[in-house]
Amino acid sequence: MKKTRSFFMVPYLVWIALFVIAPLILILYQSLTNNQGQFTLQNYVTYGTSWTYLKMTINSFWYALLITAVTLLISYPTAYFLSKTKRQQLWLLLIILPTWINLLLKAYAFIGLLSRSGTVNQFLTFIGVGPKQLLFTDFSFLLVASYIEIPFMILPIYNAIVQLDPALINASRDLGATNLQTFTKVVFPLTISGVKAGIQAVFIPSLSLFMITRLIGGNRVITLGTAIEEHFLTTMNWGMGSTIGVVLIVMMFIMMALTNDRKKKRQEVLPNEKSEG
Amino acid sequence: MEKPIIELKQITKRYDDGFTALENINMTIEPGKFYSLLGPSGSGKTTILRIIAGFTDASEGEVWFEGKKINALPANQRKVNTVFQNYALFPHMDVFDNVAFGLTLKKMPKKEIRERVVNALKVVQLPGYANREISELSGGQQQRVAIARAIVNEPKVLLLDEPLSALDMKLRKDMQYELRELQQRLKITFIFVTHDQEEALAMSDEIFVMNDGKVLQSGTPVDIYDEPINHFVANFIGESNILPGKMVQDFEVQFVGKSFECADAGMRPNEKVEVVLRPEDLDITTPEQGKLVVKVDTQLFRGDHFEIVAYDDDENEWLIHSTNPVKDGKQIGLTFEPEDIHVMRFGEKETDFDARLEQYEEE
Repeated sequence: MKKTRSFFMVPYLVWIALFVIAPLILILYQSLTNNQGQFTLQNYVTYGTSWTYLKMTINSFWYALLITAVTLLISYPTAYFLSKTKRQQLWLLLIILPTWINLLLKAYAFIGLLSRSGTVNQFLTFIGVGPKQLLFTDFSFLLVASYIEIPFMILPIYNAIVQLDPALINASRDLGATNLQTFTKVVFPLTISGVKAGIQAVFIPSLSLFMITRLIGGNRVITLGTAIEEHFLTTMNWGMGSTIGVVLIVMMFIMMALTNDRKKKRQEVLPNEKSEG
Repeated sequence: MEKPIIELKQITKRYDDGFTALENINMTIEPGKFYSLLGPSGSGKTTILRIIAGFTDASEGEVWFEGKKINALPANQRKVNTVFQNYALFPHMDVFDNVAFGLTLKKMPKKEIRERVVNALKVVQLPGYANREISELSGGQQQRVAIARAIVNEPKVLLLDEPLSALDMKLRKDMQYELRELQQRLKITFIFVTHDQEEALAMSDEIFVMNDGKVLQSGTPVDIYDEPINHFVANFIGESNILPGKMVQDFEVQFVGKSFECADAGMRPNEKVEVVLRPEDLDITTPEQGKLVVKVDTQLFRGDHFEIVAYDDDENEWLIHSTNPVKDGKQIGLTFEPEDIHVMRFGEKETDFDARLEQYEEE
C-alpha cells in the first residue's frame, strides 16, 4: 500500500525536482559566480553597496505595497457585498473571467485605452479637459497592475467571508455591537486569513512585475523585475540577475512569514496578559 | 397577572416567495417565567425568537417590550440576549473575551468586566476556563460559555434557540436541570425553543405548542398534557391513544361501540369527537373486570415501564404503559377513570376551548 502510494508521487517529485528545486539551485549557484564562472561574493557586495540597486529594491517594495493596498481597498468591500448578492456565481465568473486572458493582451488593450489618441483621451477631449499624458505614468502603472491583481485578492477574501457563520454576526449584534463594531471585532478578524492569502497572492508577484513596468509604465518605474530582465537579456550579467532573484526569493519568504497565521503564538501570550488583569 | 414584559400582537411573517412562516401570533410573556415554544421543525418557533431578538422583521403586527413598541428598534439596542443553536461563539477569542464581549462594548471598567465574567463563569460551572480557546471546549462546555456570554449582560429576557439539541442524552438531562435552576435563581424570563416535548414539559412554566406557523395551544405543561386541544397536540405531547368517538350528552362519550362516563361537557349532543386516553392512565386487569378487552401483541421493556401494544376486537391499536409485564397473545382487560378520558372537538379554537372548559368546570 505504502509503496504504491509513493509510486504515484513520482511524476510530481520529478516535476518539483526539475522545475522548482533545480532552478533554485541554479540561481543560487549563478549568483555566487562571476562571468568567468569563478566563485565570488562580488555580486552580493555590488548589490549591497550600490545606490541604484537599493533604490530599485525600495521602488519594487514601494510599488508592490501600493498595488497591494489599492487592490485590498477595492477588493474587501467588493468581496463583502459579493457575498450578499443573489447571483454570486455570475458575479464570480465576471471577476475570474479577465484572469483567463493573456497578460500581454490585457496590457496592449490598456495601451489602446490610455494612449494619446486612445479612447480615454478622446473622451477627455470631448468633455473639454483635453488630451493628457496617461500612458507611461506612475498612475497608469498602478492602475493596470491593480486591475490585473484584483481577482487574486477578491477570491480568497470572498471565500473567507462566505465561510463566516452568519450566526456570529447575529450574536455580535445581539450582544450590543453596532454594525461597525461587528465588522471590526468579528467580521474582519475572522476573515483576516483571506486578507492574508490575498496579500500573499498580490504582493509577491507585484515585486517582480516587469512586463507592465515596460509597456504601461514606460520604464519610468524600474523594479527588481525589470532589473532581472535587463541583466539576463541585455547586459548578459546572469550572475547579477540571479543575485537579484535570490533577493526577491528571500523577500517572498519574509512576506510569507509575516502573513502566516500566528495563532500558536497568541495562545501562549494570552494567559499571562489576563492574569495580570 | 403581572405586567407583561413582551407582547406579540398579531404577528405575521411572510417571505418574498410567498411562504408564510407565522400567522397571526399573539403572545403575552410575563417577567420571571420559563416559557417554551414547542413544535416540529418548520413550525415557526425560531422565527418568533428572531423577531423578538430583532434579527428579522415581522411582516405585520407589533412587538412590545416593557410597554413600548420595539418593531423599529435594532437588535443591538434590545434588552434581550440569545443563546444560539450552535452557540455562535467567536472562534477568534478565548472564553474570557467571548463572555466579556457585550460588557466591553458597553465600555465598562476593566475591573468590573473581570468580576462579572468570573462570576458568570462560576454560575455556569466553568470557573477557571477563562483562558481556554473555544476550540478546546466540548459541546457541553461551549453551551455553558454561550449561556454565560448571554447572562453576563443581565438581560431582561433570555432567548434560547434549541440550545440542548446538539448535546448527548445524559448531558441534555443535566443541562435541563441546570437551566431550570439557573432561571429560577436569576429570575430572568426564559423563552426556550425546542422540538423535544419532554424537555418542554420538564422545564417550562408555560408552553406554546406550535405547528405550521400557528400557536395551537398554550398553557402549563400539566394543562397541555391532560387536556390537549386537538389531535396534533395530543400526538405531539406525550404518547396517546386517539380514537374517533361521539359525545352522546354532557359527561357521556361513546367510542369503540361502548358508552363511557367522562369529565367533559359543553358540546352538542351526538357531536363527532376524538377521544384521548394516555397509555399510563390505562390499568391492566382481568378480562371480566375490564371496561375494554384487548389482546396483547408486543411489549417492549423501557427500563422504568413496559410499553405494551394490544389490539381490541375492532383492530384498534392500544398503547399501554405498565409496571408489570404481561404475556404476549393474552387477553387482558383495561380499566380507566372517567377523568382519564379527554374529549377533543374537531377544529376548536383555543379561545373557545378555554371558554368551554371554564364554563363546565364551574358547574
